[in-house]
Amino acid sequence: MEAGTIYITLAALFGIFMAWGIGANDVANAMATSVGSKALTIKQAIFVAAVFEFAGAVLAGGAVTGTIRKGIVDADLLSGTPELLVYGMLASLLAAGTWLLIASRNGWPVSTTHSIVGAIVGFAAVGIGVEAVQWGKVGTIVMSWVVSPLTAGIIAYLIYQSVQHLILRHTNPLERAKRYVPVYIFLAALTMTLVTIFKGLSHVGLTLSIRDSYLLAVGIALVVAGVGAYFIQQIKPDRKAEKSQHFITVERVFAILMVVTACGMAFAHGSNDVANAIGPLAAVIAIAQSGVVASKSALPVWVLVLGGAGIVVGLATFGRHVIATVGERITQLTPSRGFAAELAAATTIVIASGTGIPISTTHTLVGAVLGVGVARGIDAIDLRVVGRIFVSWVVTIPAGAILAIIFFFFFKIVLP
Amino acid sequence: MANVLANIFGSSPVKPLEQHIDLAYRCAKKLHDFFAASVQGDWATAAAVRDEIETLEHEADSMKKEIRLHLPKSLFMPVPREDLLELLLVQDKIANRTKDVSGLVLGRKMQLPEQIAEQFLEFVDRNIDAAKQARKSVRELDELFTAGFRGAEVDLVEGMIEELDRIETDTDDKQAALRAAIFEIEGTLNPVDAVFMYKVIELTGEIADMAERVGRRLELLLSH
Repeated sequence: MEAGTIYITLAALFGIFMAWGIGANDVANAMATSVGSKALTIKQAIFVAAVFEFAGAVLAGGAVTGTIRKGIVDADLLSGTPELLVYGMLASLLAAGTWLLIASRNGWPVSTTHSIVGAIVGFAAVGIGVEAVQWGKVGTIVMSWVVSPLTAGIIAYLIYQSVQHLILRHTNPLERAKRYVPVYIFLAALTMTLVTIFKGLSHVGLTLSIRDSYLLAVGIALVVAGVGAYFIQQIKPDRKAEKSQHFITVERVFAILMVVTACGMAFAHGSNDVANAIGPLAAVIAIAQSGVVASKSALPVWVLVLGGAGIVVGLATFGRHVIATVGERITQLTPSRGFAAELAAATTIVIASGTGIPISTTHTLVGAVLGVGVARGIDAIDLRVVGRIFVSWVVTIPAGAILAIIFFFFFKIVLP
Repeated sequence: MANVLANIFGSSPVKPLEQHIDLAYRCAKKLHDFFAASVQGDWATAAAVRDEIETLEHEADSMKKEIRLHLPKSLFMPVPREDLLELLLVQDKIANRTKDVSGLVLGRKMQLPEQIAEQFLEFVDRNIDAAKQARKSVRELDELFTAGFRGAEVDLVEGMIEELDRIETDTDDKQAALRAAIFEIEGTLNPVDAVFMYKVIELTGEIADMAERVGRRLELLLSH
């Protein structure tokens, strides 16, 4: 068999496995709140997640994939030895996958993004040379891992504060929820579509003028808000249930908003995390097909489609179980709180995706949940777990790097 | 399988606290049947009710321990953990006092004089009312958490606590009247019985006192 074919086959296998893992585990974070609050059934959640993860991956996943593929390693240094990049990318996929497997066996909260970035930096710095790493870009990425949870936390704090002031603290919260929730739906849909149009569509070959972009985004957001408002009007208060829980009908109104933010979260997740699986794959394909390290070559859309499909398969096979388990355990995240966290996280992630920065979607969501907590929205947050997240954050990067280095030298010996 | 999102949530103390006050109230409520039987001299029924009281008190107690166990210091909550633990403690005392007073009465097979029986039963019922109002107020905890301890919900709970205070004042008045009534007939009573009668009245009155302290604790939460 020709070397190029072996490379592509291996990379595709590792990449699809990675995408499958992302779909099986991480997507639950986006959908579990909606299932836990009974805004969506599991079947509906899987359907919504599949559609929006796929759309996010294909429509807005290009920029981050580009960063993973050619933003971290300086390709110009490798123009004479393209096979080194192939070994490195294969090693990175395998290292990140192995590390995630070890971590989830032991119950450590690690991030796919941190693993893959650590792995790529590791193989490049040790296998090729310290100068092969684009440290400026890596610095930006690592900074964004601090900034993104923080940003999401601040946005979530502000959103939840506004919910309390506009709705929850009034004597007639239901009436006010019916009035204001469509506005939140409009804003959520507007943010998602705007970022997608401005940052994502060019990757699939569509270009719109700025005026048209805004018009299209506002139009889509209005339609979504209109549909949401229609469903909200159908909600009738359950007087009997309200005796013991005054906010029960109000939460049902928020549940509709939550369906929209769950879509946004799935979209955002697809747009950022698909790159972890297919960024290295795309790099391998480009080299194997052309035989050279071309930093300018375009990303074939079918690779994004493959990644999106891998996520959907993971979701359909294992994700169902994970969503159900997580949903049961996060009942504190009622729709009024959950939407604030999801909207904040999704906005932050989509902006990062548009800018091509790979961030941890889970950590961003955790930051958003903490933001709601600081706004006195969460009954109890376990700070020990937050601490553990930080530790695993620090450990994952060298762990991914070391594994990648080992695999890199292994491939260098074994592969043609 | 570890899921970060699922793990960052500690177990919420809100519903358990509401369930605990419900147990404490149901326990206190049994005093009505207990004393109704005891003034009739129906000690078989009284003993049966006392068993139910003991079971409920025991349930409340183990629930208290369970809640404490799930409130480690590492939790980040909108209100101080200490205040919630204090609330739990006074809630539990409603059940404790119920058990104490029923145990005392049953142990001595203490029959209340006919002249004050009706007045005494009214006094007991008013104490139960106080416990009921405490339960009503604590049941607003989840709404308070949702509203972030601000706004209309706070006014609502403050109104409930005011009502609780009124009921407690009422029990104080009834307690004073009852003492005066016993003093009137003290000469006709066995001295040891008389002493214990005062004791029973005092212990029963403490149920309303504890209910009022539940209100005070809730008020403290509101001021955060």
